[in-house]
Amino acid sequence: MNYFQFLDMIPEVSLIAIIMVLFLYDLFTEGKSRRYFQLTACILLGIHLIVNIQPDGYTQLFGGMYQSSPIAHAMKSILTLGTLIVVLQANNWLRRGDTRHKQGEFYMLLLSTLLGMFFMISAGHFLMFFIGLELASVPMACLVAFDKYKQHSAEAGAKYILSALFSSGLMLYGISFIYGTIGTLYFRDIPAGLTGSPLQIMSLVFFFAGLGFKISLVPFHLWTADAYQGAPTTVTSYLSVISKGSAVFVLMMVLVKVFGAMMEQWHPMLYIVIIATITIGNLFAIRQQNLKRFMAFSSISQAGYIVLAVMGGNAIGMTSLAFYVLVYIAANLAAFGVINIIEQKSRGKVDIEDYNGLYQTNPKLCFIMTLALFSLAGIPPFAGFFSKFFVFVSAFNGGNFWLVFIALLNTVISLFYYLKIVKAMYILPNDAPIATIKSDSYTRLSLVICTAGILGFGIFSAIYESLYYFSIVSL
Amino acid sequence: MNILSLFVVIPLVMLLALWLSRNIRQIRGVMVTGSSMILALAIYLTIDFIALRQAGATAEMLYTDSYTWYAPLHIAYSIGVDGISVAMLLLSSIIVFTGTFASWKLKPLTKEYFLWFTLLSLGVFGFFICVDLFTMFMFYEIALIPMYLLIGVWGSGRKEYAAMKLTLMLMGGSAFLLMGILGIYFGNGATTMNVLEIAANNHIPHNWQMVFFPLTFLGFGVLGALFPFHTWSPDGHASAPTAVSMLHAGVLMKLGGYGCFRIAMYLMPEAARELGWIFLILTTISVVYGAFSAVVQTDLKYINAYSSVSHCGLVLFALLMMTQTSCTGAVLQMLSHGLMTALFFALIGMIYGRTHTRDVRQMGGLMKIMPFLSVGYVIAGLANLGLPGLSGFVAEMTVFVGSFQNNDPFHRICTIIACTSIVITAVYILRVVGKILYGKVQNPEHLKLTDATWDERFAVICLIVAVAGLGLAPFWISNLIHESVAPILGNL
Repeated sequence: MNYFQFLDMIPEVSLIAIIMVLFLYDLFTEGKSRRYFQLTACILLGIHLIVNIQPDGYTQLFGGMYQSSPIAHAMKSILTLGTLIVVLQANNWLRRGDTRHKQGEFYMLLLSTLLGMFFMISAGHFLMFFIGLELASVPMACLVAFDKYKQHSAEAGAKYILSALFSSGLMLYGISFIYGTIGTLYFRDIPAGLTGSPLQIMSLVFFFAGLGFKISLVPFHLWTADAYQGAPTTVTSYLSVISKGSAVFVLMMVLVKVFGAMMEQWHPMLYIVIIATITIGNLFAIRQQNLKRFMAFSSISQAGYIVLAVMGGNAIGMTSLAFYVLVYIAANLAAFGVINIIEQKSRGKVDIEDYNGLYQTNPKLCFIMTLALFSLAGIPPFAGFFSKFFVFVSAFNGGNFWLVFIALLNTVISLFYYLKIVKAMYILPNDAPIATIKSDSYTRLSLVICTAGILGFGIFSAIYESLYYFSIVSL
Repeated sequence: MNILSLFVVIPLVMLLALWLSRNIRQIRGVMVTGSSMILALAIYLTIDFIALRQAGATAEMLYTDSYTWYAPLHIAYSIGVDGISVAMLLLSSIIVFTGTFASWKLKPLTKEYFLWFTLLSLGVFGFFICVDLFTMFMFYEIALIPMYLLIGVWGSGRKEYAAMKLTLMLMGGSAFLLMGILGIYFGNGATTMNVLEIAANNHIPHNWQMVFFPLTFLGFGVLGALFPFHTWSPDGHASAPTAVSMLHAGVLMKLGGYGCFRIAMYLMPEAARELGWIFLILTTISVVYGAFSAVVQTDLKYINAYSSVSHCGLVLFALLMMTQTSCTGAVLQMLSHGLMTALFFALIGMIYGRTHTRDVRQMGGLMKIMPFLSVGYVIAGLANLGLPGLSGFVAEMTVFVGSFQNNDPFHRICTIIACTSIVITAVYILRVVGKILYGKVQNPEHLKLTDATWDERFAVICLIVAVAGLGLAPFWISNLIHESVAPILGNL
């Protein structure tokens, strides 16, 4: 065995290195010397991002178990960026008395899930993929239940782990069908054996259902709202962008590359699921009063839009997907950043009503929230407009006119509920709005990054064009 | 840099300067400097454009330029103007300029107000200079969304309801529109987003045109207050603050007409010919229905909003008649309606600011109390009902003469029906003028009111000069439009 192979998987290796460093730091320090823990973690992740920003070519290691392509590499960088922002926003929460001593655990768990996603993205074999998926799910349940003495959090954790296990089981069952009919689990060998037999269709459905849980597509979305509401806000934001982004990317990779020959089978399935996801996510979001539940349903409908890119099934679709995830990270994390800081500084106010009249006291936070919501709703000149447009282009390109049309009409519904929050902040009067909040420098930095992303990702086409180039090379 | 890009760059700089400005004086300074620079630029552009045309420049668009933006999707920042866009740019810059003065004393949150106001004008200018489908659509949407906050925060009456209704209906329209744009792009073979190139290729399949023409036309038609999608307009106008009503009725609704002509009809001519009759019926209804609705209203802003529905309906009506004269008339009508409706809304805002009521029944004898505003109101009214010498006459005359040139019986009947709106317009204008300006003073409190201040006078005079200028010397601009309409009609 050639150990130099490990050097070709730089993102994973460097992430493991970070985990080890933080682990040792956590293990051997106590009290005052732990002060710099947060800073160290952020700097290390920043370095990790910079080191890995330059994608390398196509690599295949360990006999095809692990494979990486430029777009997969770019996707990992996007996820790392998102994780960095989440970690920055975690600062306030982690410094609270009841979580301070668990900082180390938080990072271990968080970065392990990220590592799992990396393996999932780079898998070239279904077992490898499954291990990555589990590595990404199990620690996530601990994170959801991180505020364990809070009933909501513990309950959410239980809900999450149960549904995650159920979906894993389903998926594993589907994978076993593939092995049974084709006799191999290597991605590169499966297409040759696909015949479209009922067993294979079953395996496709089970696999799709398993990933559908992760992405929270309708009808597999039932855990989402409770888990999002119960989890600590930092974890909710991580769950809504990073976990979802990686799963959608994998979904597209597998559907196009592995099940490409069965397009006739998965196309109609996806078609219905997308319509249901977008519409139901939107309709439920309208009625929510709790912002975290609201964001949960909003993120369900956003997931529908991301999956719309899969319908394209070509390089444009892949590009739109990666770009959408990137923009979604910036916009959603900006919104969650604001929700998080307000929750931390106002003793847990997360209802939409609490935001009435916020503009009088916190104009800057309101401004960022407005940008984020407009971007999520797809209003130009913010990045969300561009990402939505590209997704529509790729789906339209595949000839799905009605699908695009329904998705477009849904953007109007989504605008309605996003504007409800804008209305609360700017228009509705309130005698006692939330007092002026002074945010810490970590949160501020994260919000600056997000705002820059919301304003810049669309205007500067270089990002999209390089993603396009990577997708062309990869597919 | 291309002179047209300045129309986008100046508002951008204004946004930045507004962001940095600390007090009301700086904000006003930025707004006045910026909007007068744009006005000067638009006037220079008009003169230069006419000079170029006289010097023999025959290209369809002048000042063209193109920078690739998203290469994989053929999106480019392509700009260029013809006579129609020049006229629209001139109109927009006048309205933005006077709108600044009309909101001189606006409170609270002055800075935020002007930020959104400038963003809105950025969208409008961008839309008129661009010839790339995506970029046009982007600027179109940029122009729409600030309306929500402008009405919701600074409006009056049922502002939240009106703002939400307006935003959702217009965004619904743009959902149709985006569908249409995608159809045009892919129908043409997904090779270019440039309007001129698509028109030159002109090979969107017939069945695609039949699907995507109605979508595109409807998308723009919602903004052009096409019946039955006009209902956002009265509520929106009634609740909006003065300058926003001006900008909205004066400029934003013109985006609809312009888009219908430049994108829907120009790029999908076959469908426009075959399906035009459906929309012609709808616009005829708009014209007559709007006028009748205005008659029964008692709120000054509602009267004007319905009058706008009627007059903007006339724009789409004239476009669908598809003769060169009628299309010229449509553009003239956009100009004329933009100016006089802005004048109207400015005056209503000023009167409302004093009397605190817009109900016609509670006002009377204002001519003695505020002679300047009242005279302005009479002039605006007369322009609206088409008195020769003011802009309305020129526009409506051209529209109806042009429409009658279309000798198809169905089109003739529509023209005759639409003509009745002239009479109805006279009814509601004269009724209001008689009621609120003459007669007895209804409310003794009103006797204490004062006439216009300098900033209001300035805004009103600018607009009156423009309305009269267009009415007295229309030929330079109608020639300009006339020759630019030709290539689009040539395609039809």
